[in-house]
Amino acid sequence: MRSPRRMTSPATTFHMNPSDRIGTALKSAGWLAGAALVIYAFIDGGYLVTVLGFAAIYAIFVSGLNFFMGYTGQVSFGQNAFAAIGGYTSAVLTTAFGWGVFPAMALGVAAAALLALLVGFPTLRLRGHYLAMATLALGMIVQEIAVQWDSVTMGYTGIAAIPALGAFGHELPSDRWQLAALLVALALCLWVASRLKHSRLGQALAAIAGSEDAARALGIDVARHKLIAFVIAAIYAAFAGSLFAHFVGFVSPEVFGLHMVVLGFTMLYVGGIGTVAGPMVGALIISLLPETFRGFKEFQDLAYGAALILILIYAPRGLASLIRRWRLRRPDRETP
Amino acid sequence: MTPSPAQPSAPVLTVRGLSARYGNVLALRPVDLHLERSELVAVLGPNGAGKSTLLRALMGLTPGSGRVEFEGSSLPRNDPRAVTQRGVVLVPEGRGVFGPMTVRENLDLGAYLLKRNSGEFSARLERVFALLPRLRDRQTQLAGSLSGGEQQMLAIGRAMMAGPRLLLLDEPSLGLAPRLAAEIIGTLATLNQQGLPVLLVEQRAPMALKIARRAYLMAVGRIVAEVTPDEIASPHDLARYYFSHESV
Repeated sequence: MRSPRRMTSPATTFHMNPSDRIGTALKSAGWLAGAALVIYAFIDGGYLVTVLGFAAIYAIFVSGLNFFMGYTGQVSFGQNAFAAIGGYTSAVLTTAFGWGVFPAMALGVAAAALLALLVGFPTLRLRGHYLAMATLALGMIVQEIAVQWDSVTMGYTGIAAIPALGAFGHELPSDRWQLAALLVALALCLWVASRLKHSRLGQALAAIAGSEDAARALGIDVARHKLIAFVIAAIYAAFAGSLFAHFVGFVSPEVFGLHMVVLGFTMLYVGGIGTVAGPMVGALIISLLPETFRGFKEFQDLAYGAALILILIYAPRGLASLIRRWRLRRPDRETP
Repeated sequence: MTPSPAQPSAPVLTVRGLSARYGNVLALRPVDLHLERSELVAVLGPNGAGKSTLLRALMGLTPGSGRVEFEGSSLPRNDPRAVTQRGVVLVPEGRGVFGPMTVRENLDLGAYLLKRNSGEFSARLERVFALLPRLRDRQTQLAGSLSGGEQQMLAIGRAMMAGPRLLLLDEPSLGLAPRLAAEIIGTLATLNQQGLPVLLVEQRAPMALKIARRAYLMAVGRIVAEVTPDEIASPHDLARYYFSHESV
């Protein structure tokens, strides 16, 4: 007699097996290395604090991009537009109007969210390359406004003497304190990203990334969810832009140019697209790589490029995805 | 046209003059069909006959016009979410399972319109596991790592999580070995015996006709005949129907 309903592929169980343990060890090693780096930066101070500060800001920016690209499967080349809005709003309101850092930051984020809502509503009807082109245009338009509207933005000269992070009229006293504040902000952003990813919203976004038609057939409002993801990405980008302005104390159109988008994409793919930790890993690696290869002198760029290519060949879904990949490599097989 | 052998009852689905187009191309010419309560009806036809477009237009995934009544009232047009809420659920062509997600996450998404902590959610999950016990064992496995047959089972299970009162399936046996395709067809027969009406689009006519009470034959975007399985028992009969209606 034939056995009923026999299918072909092996089952996989996910209790703690050797692969799990190696994956967990890799994860723990990553966290320990990151923690050691931060502790060293706090002890040593100096340039490493600045590098880690930039990495934290970019990690927030890329976390937003990850919402739209990693979780929802859409493409945006225009996130620099929202970072510029956050950065310039903070810069103008604090330097010209004497606003506090937090109100200025909040208004910048709100303005970016509103723009994302207005722009996203018609734009997100587009798909693939068309959406990419439309968002690229958005980034270029906002950058051009930053150049041309020099009565407010100071054009190419940029805005300097932006107050450092702080509250109630007091600036944080040192770079170390600023780095601590940035790390708290990053932790908060990653926690929110993790909660959202594992929520109903996150599952709906993942379904849209898988197949828009299948998602629609399950009753998911695809247009609405894409818009929500776009707005969240804009909020993260604006927040990062504003943090940048206060951390560096200066903004100009070049800061929020196309290279910011390219850097964000690189960080996302190197770190691990679609993972919560990926943006942080990518931002850290990409921020540190040029410093690591400084000893190569004139071959520094070559070594940097080669390292990126190797990472993308051996970890095509990014470094953070290696842990999951390792766990799935040697699954326990169910008895047939 | 052969009269339906179905027992007289109020139709659960009545379609009148449903048409759909992709841009300027009329992919589905106005079609009429009906489905009785607890009936399994097949829609057969070659590639490009308009079978998938018919299901997509019913679901509102492809803009269409015409009148569709489900359980006595109009089904919203061009609004898939509202259609799913009414209990019309589609298992799409190519399964549409979400590969990077686990089996359980896929099933959870099937009940997207339902509150996750409700008793109904657990009851639906248990019904799915009772019907497709393999899925219970595979809960933590990534959907993309399942075999083709298991993915199709998952697609059906996910649709069952939506609590369907009418199940639409678009070529569920596509790309499957005959033995696996037969298992899928057997599952659909079980569901139908439990009282669920099913509209099954298939290219493998003999397989579908084993479980269907009636079949609509489609060609070039229109329904060319309504038949019983007995009337197209051999491939020759099927060909005769197509050729005799070629110019319709």
